[in-house]
Amino acid sequence: MNKKYKDKKITMAHGSGGKASSDLISDIFVNTFNNDYLATMEDQARFDMQSGQLALTTDSYVVSPLFFKGGDIGKLAITGTVNDLAMSGAKPLYLTCGLILEEGLPISTLDEIIKSMQKTAEEAGVKVVCGDTKVVEKGSADQIFINTAGVGVIPQGVEIHSYSAQAGDKIIVNGFIGDHGATIMQSRAELAISADIDSDCQVLNHLVEAILSVSNNIHSLRDATRGGVATVLNEIANDSKVCINIKEDSVPVRVPTRGVCEILGLDPLYLANEGTLVCVVAAEDADSVLQAMQQTKEGENACIIGEVTDGPEGIVALNTLFGGNKILDKLIGDQLPRIC
Amino acid sequence: MKYVDEFRDPKQAKKILKEIDKLCSEITLAEDRPIQIMEVCGGHTHSIFRYGLNQLLPDNLEFVHGPGCPVCVLPRSVVDNCIRIAKHEDVIFTTFGDAMRVPGSDISLLDLKANGSDIRMVYSPLDALAIAQKNPNKRVVFFGLGFETTMPSTALSVMQAQKQGVDNFYLFCNHITIIPTIKAVLDSPGMRIDGFLGPGHVSLIIGTQPYKFIADDYHKPLVAAGFEPLDILQSVWMILKQLKNGEAKIENQYSRLVHDEGNASALSPIQEVFELREFFEWRGLGSINHSGVKINAKYSQYDAEIEFKLKEVTVTDPDVCQCGEVLKGVLKPWQCKVFGKECTPEKPLGALMVSTEGACSAHYSYGNNIDLINK
Repeated sequence: MNKKYKDKKITMAHGSGGKASSDLISDIFVNTFNNDYLATMEDQARFDMQSGQLALTTDSYVVSPLFFKGGDIGKLAITGTVNDLAMSGAKPLYLTCGLILEEGLPISTLDEIIKSMQKTAEEAGVKVVCGDTKVVEKGSADQIFINTAGVGVIPQGVEIHSYSAQAGDKIIVNGFIGDHGATIMQSRAELAISADIDSDCQVLNHLVEAILSVSNNIHSLRDATRGGVATVLNEIANDSKVCINIKEDSVPVRVPTRGVCEILGLDPLYLANEGTLVCVVAAEDADSVLQAMQQTKEGENACIIGEVTDGPEGIVALNTLFGGNKILDKLIGDQLPRIC
Repeated sequence: MKYVDEFRDPKQAKKILKEIDKLCSEITLAEDRPIQIMEVCGGHTHSIFRYGLNQLLPDNLEFVHGPGCPVCVLPRSVVDNCIRIAKHEDVIFTTFGDAMRVPGSDISLLDLKANGSDIRMVYSPLDALAIAQKNPNKRVVFFGLGFETTMPSTALSVMQAQKQGVDNFYLFCNHITIIPTIKAVLDSPGMRIDGFLGPGHVSLIIGTQPYKFIADDYHKPLVAAGFEPLDILQSVWMILKQLKNGEAKIENQYSRLVHDEGNASALSPIQEVFELREFFEWRGLGSINHSGVKINAKYSQYDAEIEFKLKEVTVTDPDVCQCGEVLKGVLKPWQCKVFGKECTPEKPLGALMVSTEGACSAHYSYGNNIDLINK
């Protein structure tokens, strides 16, 4: 970071459009994101059209705390948007970055976040090609809000939709669930719980490439962010008008995450993830997809957790350890910790 | 012990279930109806549904979900008083998570929070005390609720406030007591309970001796039970054994935590800070004598009822609501007139639909469609 920003904070001037703004843009953003598209400093980025379908998505990031074990808001802002693109089978290419900064934010914090964004963008193989910065008065925002939009290209012939799951399909997850939600819960200051968990925050586009390289029968892909795996399964069951059966003893949950959930009365199936996908694949391809996933860093703990059935439409059922069944319903409001 | 898996072992469960099956076939009741066991505590209800235990029991054995969900039995008038307190501009109102969603006459605390009042979810009353210390210009109110399980921590927080000279901390005390409540269930007309799963965590505080009257005067068995699936199944087995032998005893399955005489260091702050109320108004059950506690004179400066000059207002339950019948085990949740229609977890009319521990909410979330899946 440029020495002139040492111990300096964001002021309203940084959002004024004047010299302070343009200095901040070139010193922090253009320098760090460092690509030809951004360097032109035009009002828009321009790039050539490619064949295939375009995929476009946007997401806003407002997480508290800004830095947590396994990630930070900057990393999230890239992984979230890259993953949303990848779930269509698209190769993510370009991202935008819109920032809302609260007056008083240390510039060193901003710099750290932007560097984390760039590092994650490099891992994903995407470029941040345009952006926007606004500053609001102290109290009008919580330090920093980020919006990223992204475009990607879906290769010809790839058709992955949440409405395409069919009876007989297998349900695969790429690893342990609930780690992000549990990390955020326990890193909030008011909770005196400390468990050895890192957020699963990671880009999934390379994993999706690996999946698509071995199967043309991927019916649905969803990243299980807010609302967790249970919510995504409900969306797929609803959209595809199918029933989904999950086996409780197959669902991978780390011991510390289970512990946090036990103490707070939460269900890991509903906890947010930031690097976990649910893959619905035709039964005949399930084993080869599972193996391909297990050979990647993002999918080394992948496993089959259940299957699609012709049971009642729109229902997700959990077959419990004891052989009973319970409905995994849609979450109503936030998960609130139970009193005792 | 690695975790709690030992208490969730499906193989052990199968063995106990076989024994339960056998016992059930050997018990004959005077009337032609299933054996009914009431789980008093909402935590048990939660576990029963969480693990699908109700589906594994023989047809002639039923769980009746009792009144032990402290959030569920909160009357509207109490929520209305919370809203009154929290509306003050200089107040930070704190409480446990699932109390936020309980509907008052007009709105819930969650609604009021959205309107801009400073309402915070805490995990312990000590968190509320810490907030008070950090915000000396605000009045910080902790909404204390729950049975004897949560009473000691609330009492200790009040004692800490006094010790540390924190004079902007207040307790809105709505703690309730288990014994008069069980007695009210036993005395209610049409009562058909054959035995009780005793509340494990309440028993950890009060011990098992206070239950003695249930065996002596009402001739019903009670087993203080843990919350893991094997705990519950073993406790059911213990109750059935008593029924088969024509016995009525108070037994303790949760002996790894519960001692017959209770926990003296938890009981002493309760006695120090609280005194019994003459009566407490319950949602669904109406007024029950001596079923709640309030702050005693020695600690009255921390009493939110005095500080905010609260009046006791009774707000009756909506006419259509049949929470009372469900709480007493006379009606099943789905037999209530408004279950799943006017009253859903999204828009709860009665409190039993509010908390995930509430019998109706649990049934709505887990009970529906199960028959279809099992086919």
